[in-house]
Amino acid sequence: MDFRLTPEEEAFRSEVRAFLDENLPEGVNRNDMRFVLEWNKKVREKRWVGFSWPKEVGGGGGGLMEQVVLKEEMSKRKAPPLGACFMGLAWVGPAIIAYGTEAQKQRFIPDILDGAYQWCTGYSEPGTGSDLASLQCRGVRDGDFYVVNGQKIWTSIAMWSKWMILLVRTDPSSTSKHEGITCLLVEMSTPGVEVRPIQNMSGSAMFAEVFFNDVRVPVENRLGAEGQGWQVTVSALASERSSIAEVTAMFRKLEELVELAQRTQRNGVPASRDSRVRRQLAVFEAKIEAMRLNGLRSLTQQLRGEVLQGETSVNKLLRAELEIDMGDFALELLGSAAVYGRGADETVDGGRWQTGALNWPEVVIGGGTPNIQKNIIAERILHLPKD
Amino acid sequence: MDFGFSEEQDLLRAEVRKLLDARAPLEQVRKVMETGSGYDPDLWRELAELGWLGLTIPETYGGAGLGWVDLVVLLQETGRSLFPSPLISTTLAAAAILDSGTKEQKQRWLPSLADGTRIGTLALLEASDVLAPTGIALAGKPDGDAFVLTGEKRFVADAGAANLFVVAFRTGDGAQDLALGIVDAGSAGVTGTSFATIDATKRLGSLKLDKARVPKSALLGEPGRAWPAIEKLFDRGAIAVTAELTGAADAALGLTVEYAKDRIQFGHPIGKYQGVKHPLAEMYVDLESTKSLLYYAAWALDESPAEVPRSASLAKAYGTDAFARIGIDGVQLHGAVGYTAEYDIQLYLKRSKWARPAFGDSDFHYERVARLGGL
Repeated sequence: MDFRLTPEEEAFRSEVRAFLDENLPEGVNRNDMRFVLEWNKKVREKRWVGFSWPKEVGGGGGGLMEQVVLKEEMSKRKAPPLGACFMGLAWVGPAIIAYGTEAQKQRFIPDILDGAYQWCTGYSEPGTGSDLASLQCRGVRDGDFYVVNGQKIWTSIAMWSKWMILLVRTDPSSTSKHEGITCLLVEMSTPGVEVRPIQNMSGSAMFAEVFFNDVRVPVENRLGAEGQGWQVTVSALASERSSIAEVTAMFRKLEELVELAQRTQRNGVPASRDSRVRRQLAVFEAKIEAMRLNGLRSLTQQLRGEVLQGETSVNKLLRAELEIDMGDFALELLGSAAVYGRGADETVDGGRWQTGALNWPEVVIGGGTPNIQKNIIAERILHLPKD
Repeated sequence: MDFGFSEEQDLLRAEVRKLLDARAPLEQVRKVMETGSGYDPDLWRELAELGWLGLTIPETYGGAGLGWVDLVVLLQETGRSLFPSPLISTTLAAAAILDSGTKEQKQRWLPSLADGTRIGTLALLEASDVLAPTGIALAGKPDGDAFVLTGEKRFVADAGAANLFVVAFRTGDGAQDLALGIVDAGSAGVTGTSFATIDATKRLGSLKLDKARVPKSALLGEPGRAWPAIEKLFDRGAIAVTAELTGAADAALGLTVEYAKDRIQFGHPIGKYQGVKHPLAEMYVDLESTKSLLYYAAWALDESPAEVPRSASLAKAYGTDAFARIGIDGVQLHGAVGYTAEYDIQLYLKRSKWARPAFGDSDFHYERVARLGGL
């Protein structure tokens, strides 16, 4: 057991810190467009976008441990993301690298690394949420095209995306629901694609319904073989690692919550003196620290070449609890003032705590509900009979 | 970075488990826990010969010279087996001497603790049950170059079996005027008594002192300055108890998972139903998280002392609540048979009740975490 880094890893940490000192000056406006464009160019030059991807496709060829160091340092300094194409970098790119043709790699990977445009993910359907493999959206082969008909839903950032990674059913007769699914890469401007944004309970619209009406997708845009869509998806989602950056962000949220407790008066004294408040804040700290250490244990398993069985579900469950409970605890601290949202005169901190308390489903439901994570642990790790 | 066990540690775990499975299976544990002493002296000697009693005692003093991460491996296995013995007590007494004793004192006491001929324990708490300087009221009256102690220490683990007590007492009225001294069970005015707790595999009792003398040669460290050493013993105790409770919780989860696979209701094993499998998954989440916090705390004890107080408190706080839940849910998921004396799951529920207050419950440790974090 050893938490220290090798001299090479320490040297890399120093390199990242030096880069941040130079390129992320104190007080810089992280939303300033000129700054963001410049930042994206610089991290791309360092090959820190797609850091773990093979060098042949333009990635950084970085190791697991360096990736942790890089993300940790970036997160500590609240640096903008490494690369602008979120889903492209998180799972579309890895799927294309694993299953794509040479032509697909050349066409899509450089754009993902450059953040030329956004990708969205067409998996869920109105009747297909947690049971993803039961999807019904149809793809019918017609010469050099697949003709797609059906509907997707909860498609994040569909309205701002140029491309979608889409799952369709190409063979409805297959006996297993995991067979007969095919993965297509679809340009959102194709005739017959219609996007309708859905407003969420915090008032913004980040996801949408997407309708497909005789949408013709060239066969060359199929990712993997026909009928291989499920494997393509599973492998792509597996590369969505529970990352150290998340933990750093959670610790920062906790600091903000502590600060809120210190400046909020309860019965004439700061809420932070209340024993129940103190205990709750310490419980949050324990859970976040457990996430950090669970992550390091999983990372050690990976570094030793062992295959993870579902251990990442542990941290997903902890994170779900934390997102819900921390958001709600902030409102409890605010007392009566908690009921004012954005726009009211007496809103605390511009309504950010209310928004925080209403946005947890994005993290908690997206990517597998807590109940699905519990099934994964029970079935894959504890080997209980399948539901 | 390597947050896992070494091959040697995996081997140690396998050896301990093999021995305990063969020599101390639960049917044997049930017999031993009914005896007066509460442990098996033959097996105690055997553990000594294997070097496990002095695992963290340096080789110069007759021990194996290993660290607390290794000790965690050993204690997880004794916890898994609910192995009844004064192992934690003796290890903590040795740690007190190692932390604060002179070379002479180490030579005098450690070899006999390592070879099992002496059983040690800590006598820190009193009737007030407070884990802070204010909780230590027992006054040491100076008499020549000795202190004379009259009073009672409470909640002393294995007080009946121990023949060496590490006693915390007061040298003055200042908040931190505290001292640690060694009291021999055989000396005049010293009476240790202990009883089986609701967890009959653990013994707890009191140490009565009637003009018991602690000569200068038996004082650990400088009298009047012992609080940091006492606090470190609390941390070591919290880590040792958490190590045993993760082993016990692991076994409780394992028993319940097996039961859920075997028990058929409504035509299926009950483990197929989400009402059963989800609590089991939650137990797993809590258990793995406790293990992570525990390993980090044990590593800190060996390598990074500044990180010990926070990490030890996080591990004990989280672990003690997790185990309390696992004990209750384990019994509940067994249904009516879980309530019977015949089934083993109830033994683990009782262990969780023992583990909760030992070296601080979650309220105590979370409050400490809050304070350490600047609240």
